[in-house]
Amino acid sequence: MTTRLFGSGIRRREDPRLITGQASYTDDIKLAGLVHAAILRSPHGHARITGIDTSAAAAAPGVIAVYTGADTEGVLNPMPCAWVIPDSDVKAVAYPPIAKDVVRYVGDAVAVVVAEDRYQAEDALELINVDYEPLPTVINPEAAMQEGAPQLHEDAPNNQAFHWVAAGGDTDDAFANADVVVRDTIIQQKLIPNPMEPRSAIASFVPSMGELTIWNTTQNPHIARFVTCLVTGLPEHKIRVIAPEVGGGFGAKIAVYAWDMVTAFCAMKLGRPVKWTETRSENFVSTTHGRDHVEYVEMAADSNGRVSGVRSVVYAGMGAYLSTAAPGIPTILHGLMYSGPYDIANIKADIYGVFTNSTPVEAYRGAGRPEATFLLERLMDLVAAEVGKDPVEVRRMNLIPKFENGHDVAIGLTYDSGDYEGVLNVALEHVNYDQLRHDQAHARSTNHGHGPLTGIGVSCYCEICGLGPSQVAGAVGFGGGLWESATVRFYATGKVNVFIGTSPHGQGEETTFAQIMSEELGVPVDDVEVIHGDTDTTPMGWGTYGSRTTVVGGGALALSARKIKEKAITLAAHLLEAAEADIEYEDGNFFVRGAPDNGKSIQEIALMANVAWNMPEGMEPGLEATTFYDPPNFSYPFGAHVAVVNVDPDNGHIVLERYVAVDDCGPQINPMIVEGQVHGGVVQGAGQALWEGAVYDDNGQLLTGSMLDYALPRAHLVPDIETLSTVTPSPHNPLGVKGIGETGTIASTVTIYNAVIDALRPLGVTRLEMPLTPERVWRAIQEAGGNRHDHGDGHGHSHDHGH
Amino acid sequence: MKVPIKLTVNGRSHESEVEARTLLVHYLRDDLGLTGTKIGCDTSQCGACVVRMNGATLKSCTCLAVQADGAEVTTIEGLAQDGNLHPVQEAFWDNHGLQCGYCTAGMIMTITELLDRNPNPSAEEVRAGLEGNICRCTGYHNIVKAALAAAEAIRSS
Repeated sequence: MTTRLFGSGIRRREDPRLITGQASYTDDIKLAGLVHAAILRSPHGHARITGIDTSAAAAAPGVIAVYTGADTEGVLNPMPCAWVIPDSDVKAVAYPPIAKDVVRYVGDAVAVVVAEDRYQAEDALELINVDYEPLPTVINPEAAMQEGAPQLHEDAPNNQAFHWVAAGGDTDDAFANADVVVRDTIIQQKLIPNPMEPRSAIASFVPSMGELTIWNTTQNPHIARFVTCLVTGLPEHKIRVIAPEVGGGFGAKIAVYAWDMVTAFCAMKLGRPVKWTETRSENFVSTTHGRDHVEYVEMAADSNGRVSGVRSVVYAGMGAYLSTAAPGIPTILHGLMYSGPYDIANIKADIYGVFTNSTPVEAYRGAGRPEATFLLERLMDLVAAEVGKDPVEVRRMNLIPKFENGHDVAIGLTYDSGDYEGVLNVALEHVNYDQLRHDQAHARSTNHGHGPLTGIGVSCYCEICGLGPSQVAGAVGFGGGLWESATVRFYATGKVNVFIGTSPHGQGEETTFAQIMSEELGVPVDDVEVIHGDTDTTPMGWGTYGSRTTVVGGGALALSARKIKEKAITLAAHLLEAAEADIEYEDGNFFVRGAPDNGKSIQEIALMANVAWNMPEGMEPGLEATTFYDPPNFSYPFGAHVAVVNVDPDNGHIVLERYVAVDDCGPQINPMIVEGQVHGGVVQGAGQALWEGAVYDDNGQLLTGSMLDYALPRAHLVPDIETLSTVTPSPHNPLGVKGIGETGTIASTVTIYNAVIDALRPLGVTRLEMPLTPERVWRAIQEAGGNRHDHGDGHGHSHDHGH
Repeated sequence: MKVPIKLTVNGRSHESEVEARTLLVHYLRDDLGLTGTKIGCDTSQCGACVVRMNGATLKSCTCLAVQADGAEVTTIEGLAQDGNLHPVQEAFWDNHGLQCGYCTAGMIMTITELLDRNPNPSAEEVRAGLEGNICRCTGYHNIVKAALAAAEAIRSS
């Protein structure tokens, strides 16, 4: 092999099956005797169930069974929350898979029908008669904590799910002695992730063997197996979870869902395989949501704009129950990231988790870090306006200087490596920032607030991902490890299987992992097949989320390959009748120093190891290695993004003209895939800034309950995304890589938001709530009319909030 | 009530009896086993289920199977000929025009029709033509790139 594939944008090996319609997602799978489940969901945001009559449904054509909460109670255990953060009074309230006495959000399950086909199951749902006694609802997480608010759970007074505080330095002192304090109220609206594949599960139970198999659209089949064991009571080794082709997740397929457990329950009761697939309308209310913060945030600085402190009080909506990983998101993945790429000596995050009558909240792409980046970058712009400096200048003076091997921030994290100013410079140079500002000033001086108004947003970010190490996971209450494992198996023919515990679902890591193998052992990339997504055939893995798969799973794989290389060197020395110390390796060839033409290829080594005819004394046959890799630190990718928007002041319409993303995720294994991750992430973040948001009415009805009403980004609404990168390796993992799956979303929401505010500032508009719909923008312009001024951000929005 | 229908799918003729209310997408997936066509929503918004019927694009979740009686339907499975990928499929592969793959069949079918109508579209025309198809992974960047590359490949072939 002469061409290095590590670092090459080779085409994805996943694609042939995907572009021909030959891939099998869960709902595509058919089993002999398969029957179909449909779930009846609460139409009320909060209600007591006073009666339920399933007799007509049970007698309907094709119906095999109807089950309610009375049937599952005592058989299925409550859904567990797997992230119970210490010292924060987490109320892990009972979360029954089917509600029996009280429904707490629109979408809560009330009954399940199993029928011969899906149409019959759906018909029968309409024949179930449920008597509800409606109860008052509360949707806004801050309102839910006020006295007199409707109460969701008896054992969670004031709807408080938890209270978590993290601090570094002395924020009271920093704010008391600051020249400048800026503050804002930020609403991180509730978002609905909408992976294109709806959730689905097929459960098949073999009563004679006590074995349960679940095909499931999940990001983490091994965790799904573990939780299935807890909920069904079946032993873990009798459960197999298969994640077939999975059509996107974005966090919404991390949680282990009650509906999957109900599907398993039906299969176990009936002895027939049962499929449940949600409709998209069902997805909107029953699959987890993201974000949902009400934040009071402030930043302290001196008169030059040098920042000394940041602090918050955040009400983070959890929805009606605690989803699998929910408490960790606004805390560990949010509150700990208030330093971002900046040197800020005093930080405090004061976070309340709050129950509301809405769909449970989970990770959604970025999970806590977009919210942290948003508040930092928003406050940086407010500081810049307050001290009368360019937003870039204020950021630059606050950035942490370049470091290559660890940097401690005030809140207690140790970043791995960073060159924040370097990446900012690349971004500014690429867009010709000075020229952009010059053109903007010229336009402003000539159009006097008419015609399209150009706005420029610049953001710097640093985020925490590549989740492990496990010791930290344990210390922060995560109910599992955060290591990964990988087995590399060479066959006698020289072909290779990689068995890996992580479970990519669109990120292309079958290709990335094959490239790692090729790099480490010189095997042709097409000789490697990567197996993932099946608990029976892969070693343990904790899943694909938190941009950890390439970092942690790839690390495990690289280390397994290196173990094989060590064995191959020993075996080559034996076969070449040389000392091990004299064996060299290059491009898949093991040879005595100076004699590369008489070496042994990795394929020859694999053959000999597998037939074992001539092995060194004491060496086991086979060429296979497994590594359980627990990273010593998280990874901290970073970047600088620039957005240019035009706002039409006559109708509030925003056009995203340009988006530039400069990101540093260390060495890129496949740059084409890296760019693809950035494109998609940026547009998802743009969705939050401009279009998306869950809207509930006062009764807890989701008004944005379909793709008609919930506005997802579409092709004609976004520009090409300009991607650039720098390379700063992480010193903390074998490949030096950092996650890239979430950075786009982490940076783009606030970058676009800041660009819009930048456009409107001359009109006196200094804050808006997302999404920045034309109506909101237009109204803000009208309200600011006649009050045009050039500064004033941060004034008039202070909140008496007992900081 | 079962209704007899006769139609051609990917060049093969089928005679079936279907419930009158059966959606075309369910007929394709469940009766014919052509699961390459996906169901992404229930409001005709996402375009994952796009097939071509008598040459036109059609959201097969919004059409009854009985309405396809007598029609010629092409699904993603019928696009490659003699083991050769269609240029749009090839372009999606070359340009990383897909990630999770769930919207891909609908995207590819839509673009084949778009290029039949307009063999030399601008990027803006491609984007406008994809208004009825949602992708959550790619940000559309590489889908547009793939469509333009396919257009060029078809023009120069």
